[in-house]
Amino acid sequence: MNKQLKYYAQRAAIGLMSRREFVGRAMALGVAATTANAMLANAVRAAGPQTGGTIRLGIQGGATTDSLDPALAANSVASQVNLLWGETLLQLVKGGGLEGRVAESFEGSDDAKTWRFRIRDGITFSNGRSVTAQDVIATIDRHVGEDTKSGALGLLRDIDSVSADGNTVVIGLKNANADLPYYMQDYHLVIQPEGGKNDPLAAVGTGPYVLKDHEMGVRFLFEKNPNYWGDYGYASEIELIVINDNTARVAALQSGQVDLIDRVPPRTAGLVGRAPNINVHSVPSAGHYVFIMHCNSAPFDNNDLRTALKYGINRQELVDKILFGYGSVGNDTPINESYPLFDDIEQREYDPDKAKFHFDKSGFDGTILLRTSDNSFPGAPDAAALFQQSLAAAGIPLEIKREPNDGYWSEVWNKQPFCTSYWGGRPSQDQMFSTAYLSTADWNDTRFFNDQFDQLLLTARAELDQTKRQQMYTDMSNLIRDEGGLICPMFNDFIDAQSDRIEGWEDIPIGFAFMNYTAPMRMWVKA
Amino acid sequence: MGSIASVLAQRIALGLLLLFLVSLLIFVGTILLPGDVAQQILGQSATPEALANLREELGVNRPPVERYLDWLGGLLTGDLGTALTSGQDINEAIGRRLANTLFLAFWAAIIAVPLAIFLGLLAVRYRDRWPDKSISATTLTTISMPEFVIGYILMFILGVKLNWFSPTAVGYRPDADLLTRLDSIAIPILVLTLVVLAHMMRMTRAAILNVMQSAYIETAELKGLTRFAVISRHAFPNSISPVINVIMLNLAYLVVGVVVVEVVFVYPGMGQYLVDHVTKRDIPVVQACGMIFATIYIGLNLIADLVSILANPRLRHPR
Repeated sequence: MNKQLKYYAQRAAIGLMSRREFVGRAMALGVAATTANAMLANAVRAAGPQTGGTIRLGIQGGATTDSLDPALAANSVASQVNLLWGETLLQLVKGGGLEGRVAESFEGSDDAKTWRFRIRDGITFSNGRSVTAQDVIATIDRHVGEDTKSGALGLLRDIDSVSADGNTVVIGLKNANADLPYYMQDYHLVIQPEGGKNDPLAAVGTGPYVLKDHEMGVRFLFEKNPNYWGDYGYASEIELIVINDNTARVAALQSGQVDLIDRVPPRTAGLVGRAPNINVHSVPSAGHYVFIMHCNSAPFDNNDLRTALKYGINRQELVDKILFGYGSVGNDTPINESYPLFDDIEQREYDPDKAKFHFDKSGFDGTILLRTSDNSFPGAPDAAALFQQSLAAAGIPLEIKREPNDGYWSEVWNKQPFCTSYWGGRPSQDQMFSTAYLSTADWNDTRFFNDQFDQLLLTARAELDQTKRQQMYTDMSNLIRDEGGLICPMFNDFIDAQSDRIEGWEDIPIGFAFMNYTAPMRMWVKA
Repeated sequence: MGSIASVLAQRIALGLLLLFLVSLLIFVGTILLPGDVAQQILGQSATPEALANLREELGVNRPPVERYLDWLGGLLTGDLGTALTSGQDINEAIGRRLANTLFLAFWAAIIAVPLAIFLGLLAVRYRDRWPDKSISATTLTTISMPEFVIGYILMFILGVKLNWFSPTAVGYRPDADLLTRLDSIAIPILVLTLVVLAHMMRMTRAAILNVMQSAYIETAELKGLTRFAVISRHAFPNSISPVINVIMLNLAYLVVGVVVVEVVFVYPGMGQYLVDHVTKRDIPVVQACGMIFATIYIGLNLIADLVSILANPRLRHPR
């Protein structure tokens, strides 16, 4: 049977059999559809990538107002554009590890306070100039400098000194940090000549493609970089088309105007995947949709009330009705199994009796006000209504206030004591916790001030023994889960879809959609 | 002829005054928008330092009166300034976008206006019989549906299922040949036509029916002219003034009101450009777009007035 299946997979890989037919035959041989799809993906990889042709992406999130300056990238289009023409020192790989791009290798000192990144020999920018340690230093300098507007500043605050040792960049930290290399794969930190100080908008970098033509918020055309050092970039051209409307994006894929799209609406993903020439990829992610309470504002300053609300939410119902099954249940901590040092903690279930018990114990007898808006996450008002229902079963009254999309992030989120919101994942637990749960974090949007938690986070940062670190992160997750202001009912999947004109897809459940933005350079046009 | 020139001058002066008032309204309106530009540009994950740096650079800390006068000065010299967000020159960006929007509006108008008038004449010719009723029913149905619903339906049927036209305008390039460009905007043209048809058609029908009561129509009929010739040669020219008003309103709508259609079909026109900049609180661009839309609106209404006056000598001598 195995031999026969392999034979089918090879035939399907070279196009003598359709994917659908292959999966059908494999299932007839008693193989599960997911296994069959995975086998086919392997066989396709084995058949080898083809070079040439154009891959066209339909991508959501771009606006006319975007900038080519990588420091200002704040949406998926800008991030994808950055990573086509430029590269960071390191890159996340499947499984949560790191791989060298501009840096060939890296190592940390025993106290995790000094990190050395060796720059890859003989690589050049797309303008022909060689990459030196000075360029890397200048890049970091621009992102942390006095007048920076960089989105990566928060990550780099602990950097004390950056210097060159031959073609090695040495970064000294104020405090020990075992996760510093993870910061160096952030999509803002694309290495530019002279750090981009002279011309931040030049779009010159070491990436597999060069920007040929662009109109902000409309389209970007890339050509293969002839001087590229690495093995990415099979298509000769990449065309990136901004399509913000969900229906238009799907229609463009269905009619063959584009080959790959992101953010297929969960509501219709099942229908889209039924078309014979289209394949929908639902990839687990660390992104999550949340209800956030300020732990220091009444009535949410009472842990019994917070616990009551946590027991009063039906997580599975939200995954089924808001994500349409394209996701997984959350556990009131921002961490799930996408993180390298994740360890299971006890799952909290919907329990109206316990919710009622804690609500009564809290002594609060008014109505709780929840603010929400359409753009806080897809389906947020519906999720709020479901929450209202499940709380009503426990006798807890919830009032929903619908806020306008406009100004939600500046007027409601991180200002009002209880609202809906979302978080994208981070590459490491340390980053997620430091971004939003440390007492001094810029975006401590749950106003979580817990000395024990802060202490654990700083200790874990300096700890190089992974087992001990894992235990600390688990303790921290438990602290947030039991005392924090986060109600995290669900983790959303990335739902991308491709036509059968291109191949080479691989599920990468870390970072961002589009195989953590590597899809355009690692997929190829079918021969 | 002297009186026409003075009427013209008067109308233009009034238009300019209106534009000035509009500029005040737009400026105050944009200041009242909640949220601030630095936060919108840098997004949810902006650090306080970055926000402060950007605010300083953008000059949004200056008093509003000073900013208004600056802007008005630029406006009078034809300089719309630079976008806060991308640092692009607004004149250049808007020029490209406006050309795209006008291209779409032009083709929609070329189809919609003659079709609406023809259908209006036809409806009068077969008044209260099935052609009249079916024309009214169809056009009223299409105007009652939101544009995006018609858009999605046509996109699905004509684009995805039948594959007659491109379902979205993502293939649109300003430098492509005419046929390719028309293919990418075929469905948007159709949607716009369906949206503006009913208004113009109904007005044509009503205006002509009004004139049909007159004695000279009876004379024309007694001369033995065919019914359609009576309507198109005698009745229509005399009902042109209300019709031209409605046509101009709809032409203005085709330019300033197509935001939804442009967004749905991913067409790089003024609509999408405006929406993006409103979201980001990029006030100079919003103001520039607002002024351009106001100018087009006022300009087209001016033309409608003038045509009405020329077509109807009685209006030239107001008592």
